[in-house]
Amino acid sequence: MTRIQVDAVSIHFGGVKALQDVSLEVRKGEVLALIGPNGAGKTTLFNVISAIYQPTSGRVRLEGQDVAGLAPFQLAHKGLTRTFQNLQIFFRMTALENVMVGRNIRERGNLFGYLFGLPSVRRQNADSRLCALELLKFVGLDRYADRPAGELSYGILKRLEIARALALEPTVLLLDEPVAGCNATETAEIDQVIRKVVSTGVSILLVEHDIHLVMNLADKVHVLDRGVTLATGTPQEVRRNPAVIEAYLGESQDEQEPANAES
Amino acid sequence: MLTKALQNPFVSTLAVALIVVALPLVVGSNFHIRLATMVYIFSIVVLGLNLLMGYAGQVSLGHAGFFILGAYSVALGPSQLGLNPWLSMAGGVALTSALAFVIGRPLLRLSGYHLAMATLAFGAIVYVFITNEVDLTGGPDGMQVQRANLSVLGLSHLMSWYWLAGGFLVLSMLILSNLLSSPAGRALRALHDSEVAAGVLGIDVARAKLMAFVISAALAALAGANLALLDGHITPAAGGILRSVELLTMAVVGGLGSLVGSVAGAAFLVLLPQFLTEFHDYEHAILGFLLVVIMVMLPLGIVPSLNAVMRRWLP
Ligand SMILES: Nc1ncnc2c1ncn2[C@@H]1O[C@H](COP(=O)(O)OP(=O)(O)OP(=O)(O)O)[C@@H](O)[C@H]1O
Ligand SMILES: [Mg+2]
Repeated sequence: MTRIQVDAVSIHFGGVKALQDVSLEVRKGEVLALIGPNGAGKTTLFNVISAIYQPTSGRVRLEGQDVAGLAPFQLAHKGLTRTFQNLQIFFRMTALENVMVGRNIRERGNLFGYLFGLPSVRRQNADSRLCALELLKFVGLDRYADRPAGELSYGILKRLEIARALALEPTVLLLDEPVAGCNATETAEIDQVIRKVVSTGVSILLVEHDIHLVMNLADKVHVLDRGVTLATGTPQEVRRNPAVIEAYLGESQDEQEPANAES
Repeated sequence: MLTKALQNPFVSTLAVALIVVALPLVVGSNFHIRLATMVYIFSIVVLGLNLLMGYAGQVSLGHAGFFILGAYSVALGPSQLGLNPWLSMAGGVALTSALAFVIGRPLLRLSGYHLAMATLAFGAIVYVFITNEVDLTGGPDGMQVQRANLSVLGLSHLMSWYWLAGGFLVLSMLILSNLLSSPAGRALRALHDSEVAAGVLGIDVARAKLMAFVISAALAALAGANLALLDGHITPAAGGILRSVELLTMAVVGGLGSLVGSVAGAAFLVLLPQFLTEFHDYEHAILGFLLVVIMVMLPLGIVPSLNAVMRRWLP
């Protein structure tokens, strides 16, 4: 079953052709890794898929349905959510509250109930709190539950964004550099988290500079370079592709650290 | 433990309720009761403004517009439509909310300075309209408000409005505390920090902002109606641009993002001028100076800054 279908998407910013004719497909329970050098257009493609940008041409389909004209929040209701390369955290809320916000579309209620604090709203708050705590435990952050997010470190916040996105119970999850700024232990933990999520049937699009993580996790790899698709295929196929070796893997292996540090 | 309790909105609501109940036992003079009533009335508007600004992060320099619409609705309802004052108050709050709903959607597409300018313009339009519609509103001289109080319960006019404004204040705090601990409240606080993240989590950001805007307009109208009914007279000056600035100052000085801060800010700006009257010509200069000192020493506003200090010193 095709969850996400990107069909000949192009997007131009003034004269900059950030994406040209990019097509890809992600099926249920599949991990597609999107790789490419800095400025290749990976985040831009995520912004198009999550409806933050409208493409100049081409279309995106979610579960077969054209999503043109829908807002990001409407896609979330259809099961698609994402994390951000440059964190988008609710800094004034606690870690737990950040994840509780992710429960929003699963919470039922009306303004009357909210204003008068009806028992059903209180019960639901307790449920959301429990669910959020479970998710914090799942990504290994339960000990930070009551800490204001503004006090937490970059590596922790990366995982907090994943927990928050999972709170929606998405069917499609876009992860933009989930292990950037994380040490080896944290990276291994996130690897495990992603595996468990995929095993429940969630489809994942993954942008990541950490090539080992990509090769381990991905079912398919899509290589972008300056807005153009350079190669697609299984990790093995892409790894052997001469164009990729030249444009990306070759330079990236020694540039991997600075690339991570910079983003 | 203690600091956490002090930050709990339900605890602050209870504390304010206790003050409302206990104050008449302590202060007897009509003058002081009237001042307390004014504090309660202004607290109600500022609470709404704080929901909009402190929690949802959307500035408004036009809330005096909603305030004065509420005030004139209790003046116009009885005189023009022959409605009873209580019904006029309810109707004024409802109509003002409806107006906020209609203008909120286009206004809230703006943010930051642009939103500040647009809301300022809205307040100015309401003020000019009320000032110029002399036949309807009496123009700059204002108009009388038909008397309404709880004398059937044996209360004086002043004590009626003391209890009514105090009751509305406690109710407003309770309602906002409930809202803030609901999914809708979390959505508001979330969009304040990141609209894009709130969006990808499924929150309809425009709708959430509009909800905060309408609730804050309703509270402003309620407070305006209270003031008009307390005073028995209303002039456009009660809702000019300076009033909007004053409301915003109350919210900021008391502490954005703290419900009890709104009460503190209102109390500060209602009571302080009373202590400064003996300085005559220098009253405003001293008031301004004190505001600067407060914002420098307590940059988060009175309540949040004191909370931060206590967090450092108390367990
Ligand atoms: N809103 C925008 N306005 C103008 N140009 C943009 C915009 N968004 C992206 N671009 C341009 O599109 C190109 C691709 O940027 P993008 O952020 O997608 O790269 P990336 O592959 O995610 O890189 P990195 O690995 O550094 O995160 C860049 O040249 C960038 O300047
Ligand atoms: Mg990027």
